[in-house]
Amino acid sequence: MNLILGLVLTFLLAALAPRLHALLKETSGWVFAMWPLAWTIVIGSLAQQVIEGDSVYIRYPWMSQLGVNLSLYVDGLSLLFALLISGIGALVLIYSGSYLKRHRYLGRFYLFILLFMGSMLGLVLSGNLISMFVFWELTSLSSYFLIGFDHEREEARRAALQAMVVTGMGGLALLAGLLLLGQAGGTLEIAALLKQGETLRTSPHYLPALALIVIGAFTKSAQVPFHFWLPNAMEAPTPVSAYLHSATMVKAGIYLLARLSPVLGGTAAWQLMVAGGGLVTMVLGAIMALGPSDLKRILAYSTVSTLGTLTFLIGLGTPLAAKAAMALLLAHAMYKGALFLVAGAVDHEIGIRDVRRLGGLGQFMPVTATAAGMAALSMAGLPPSIGFISKELLYEAQLHALHSPTLLAGTGVLASGLLVAVAGIVGLRPFFGHPIHRKRHLHEPPLSLWLGPLLLGGAGIALAIVPEIAASPLISTAVSAVLGKPTVVELRLWHGPNPSLALSALTVIAGAGFYAAQPFLLDIAARAHLKEWMARWGPQRGYERMLQGLNALATAQTRLLQSGFLRFYLMIIVLTTIALVGSTIIIPEPLSRWLSRIVDARPYELIIVVLMGVATLMAVLTSSRLAAVAALGIVGYGVALLYMLFGAPDLAMTQFAVETLTVILLVLVVYRLPRFTRLSGRSARLRDTALALAAGGMMTALMLMVLSAPLKSRLAPFFAANSLTLAKGRNVVNVILVDFRALDTLGEITVLAVAAIGVYALLKLRTE
Amino acid sequence: MDVVLAIAVGGLYAAGLYMMMRRSIVKLIIGLGLLSHASNLLIFTMGRLIRGRPPLIAPGAEALAEPYADPLPQALILTAIVIGFGVQAFAVVLIKRVYEIVGTDDLDQMKRTDEL
Repeated sequence: MNLILGLVLTFLLAALAPRLHALLKETSGWVFAMWPLAWTIVIGSLAQQVIEGDSVYIRYPWMSQLGVNLSLYVDGLSLLFALLISGIGALVLIYSGSYLKRHRYLGRFYLFILLFMGSMLGLVLSGNLISMFVFWELTSLSSYFLIGFDHEREEARRAALQAMVVTGMGGLALLAGLLLLGQAGGTLEIAALLKQGETLRTSPHYLPALALIVIGAFTKSAQVPFHFWLPNAMEAPTPVSAYLHSATMVKAGIYLLARLSPVLGGTAAWQLMVAGGGLVTMVLGAIMALGPSDLKRILAYSTVSTLGTLTFLIGLGTPLAAKAAMALLLAHAMYKGALFLVAGAVDHEIGIRDVRRLGGLGQFMPVTATAAGMAALSMAGLPPSIGFISKELLYEAQLHALHSPTLLAGTGVLASGLLVAVAGIVGLRPFFGHPIHRKRHLHEPPLSLWLGPLLLGGAGIALAIVPEIAASPLISTAVSAVLGKPTVVELRLWHGPNPSLALSALTVIAGAGFYAAQPFLLDIAARAHLKEWMARWGPQRGYERMLQGLNALATAQTRLLQSGFLRFYLMIIVLTTIALVGSTIIIPEPLSRWLSRIVDARPYELIIVVLMGVATLMAVLTSSRLAAVAALGIVGYGVALLYMLFGAPDLAMTQFAVETLTVILLVLVVYRLPRFTRLSGRSARLRDTALALAAGGMMTALMLMVLSAPLKSRLAPFFAANSLTLAKGRNVVNVILVDFRALDTLGEITVLAVAAIGVYALLKLRTE
Repeated sequence: MDVVLAIAVGGLYAAGLYMMMRRSIVKLIIGLGLLSHASNLLIFTMGRLIRGRPPLIAPGAEALAEPYADPLPQALILTAIVIGFGVQAFAVVLIKRVYEIVGTDDLDQMKRTDEL
């Protein structure tokens, strides 16, 4: 229950953040960071319990009839994610306070990022598919605000919209998938679903649910071909990139797949979609990371590659793969967070993010350079870093895969080798070598800007040197959750000489080669017009085409439907009604039987109806205004007479009074209006006649259909029996109006009063 | 008789809709009137027709004796008649004002607000 309260308080704090920031000013980043820090401690205090195999499950009923609850479920997987979210969140908040110090909207920034943090925590702690989906969408929404934070720049707005549209569409697919999953399993509670993987995998809903959920996860986690929004999202302020696009947001898809892998995983379809998609993303992301020269874009593409690796490992689903996935998740969060923050610090000090124009910064900012170096070590997968351990595990998982281990290991080496080169480009090149910059006053950024990277980079090393303190237990319980059975993982830096180590050595050599060959490779790419080709045929183009198509469709349908002519609106309404209602009409009885029910009419009744018919025709055809009004009056009186004949004296009296008033009113007003002139042409009149007759015919058919079935009213006998006893009235209609349905009558009187005020105002209104 | 009324209602709907699709604003109002008659009669007929048995509890009786006309549609229609009148009155005054300001009764001339 305390965790739910914590979530609520997080959102509350987000709402208050702008005010608090106005009070705290300079120190706000440090103060706000206390909140995620508190979260880290609370989650950490649960760790002991969870590691011992006891998951936390809290249920707060929400819409229990529909199976929707605000449940929280904390097992090893949620624990690992929640720790990363809150821990890195604290560092990012400290960093942001300084990075955006003089920004006009810093208070608003805190609102967005705390909102995002709360949503992300809610997402990984949710124990119900629907509440998880709600938080999932909240992360999309809050990341939209964060990416578009510099809303005055068009690129930022466009990138924010793109991220929102892509992940939002994935979210829709996800919702459908989750609902199918809930249908198949008979529950929306994750804890209950996790126990019935067997039945779910044989359910007919399995394949569609899997495909939809995978689409949701792939859009969020930037898998090819949905990857393009992630590099564009680098328009966000750097701390946001560090937080959303390395440690949290994009990991939501990974979390989802890992969370559901005991339920959905292990089948051929799962391996094909998840592992296949991940493998492609891993390689393509790493290749694309060599292209750009902007530090943040390089990092973004390398993130795409790592996300691919994670997806691939979860898709593979073996115990070794799960182990590698969780280790890589931890390693990546550390080094990528650090590298993004370093990139931000460099940008903050020099104002340059182009790697070609950076160099030798290490002598000016040694602490930042140390942080970058440690993170780069982990990214390149070199000892003694957690990245090294996770890469060894990756190779081990690939070498022990059931299908084509050689091919898998080969692509693994290719992608990892490329990442070694990328680590060199972003982690080493800006800090070593000859200083390109001649700016005199270059100096170390302030504490708040190097604390985060240093801690994260350092953690990447410390976790590897003494894995038994934190890394091993955390990863063990996370792996247990992914596999659905208790597993013990012991991470070790040194495995002794084995095939993985050989592959690691190969990777470093390949990486050095890629690093050296990068300019040459870029040259080849430029000559092959790769960029132009991507702009023309890439998925980004597909996205733009889709948006253009949507806009064109909206324009076309608006032009069609919003003509500005009243009668065309009416026609559309009438046509739609005819199509929708008319198509459902079935008349069960033969037409001949209707004849007897016409014949039973009394002669005077028929005379009234015929008179009404003639008057109606006259109202339509006459060219005299007064005649039309008079004809309308005749119809009204006819209706009143029918009321009288069929047992409705109250209606008849009211109708007589109202009809008289209406006729008087119409005569008074219509007399001041111009005479009828023929305004529409012959074809328009014919078209309208046909449409009107079709609508009238449909109404008649509808009535005949209803009349052919007996009416079993339960209300009429109730009113008949209780009118006198309960409401002391003998006129049942009056009793209904003033007693049983008195509130309706009150509404009616109000409408009349409003109409009367309107009439009065219109009459009194003076035109200048 | 209900079949006769079903046909009458169809005719009223057709006439009402036809009038509402005219360009003259007066015809629009008359069409509206026809349409509300049609709708009231439709509800009335759907409640089934019973001749000469209004839903009044006889003196001395505790409850309505069968057969009786269904009181519920009557209550609905009573409300509808009154509301219909309110709408009609408002519409009539409105078109009067519109004509005074715009100077035309042709709806096609009233497409844009910014030309006034």
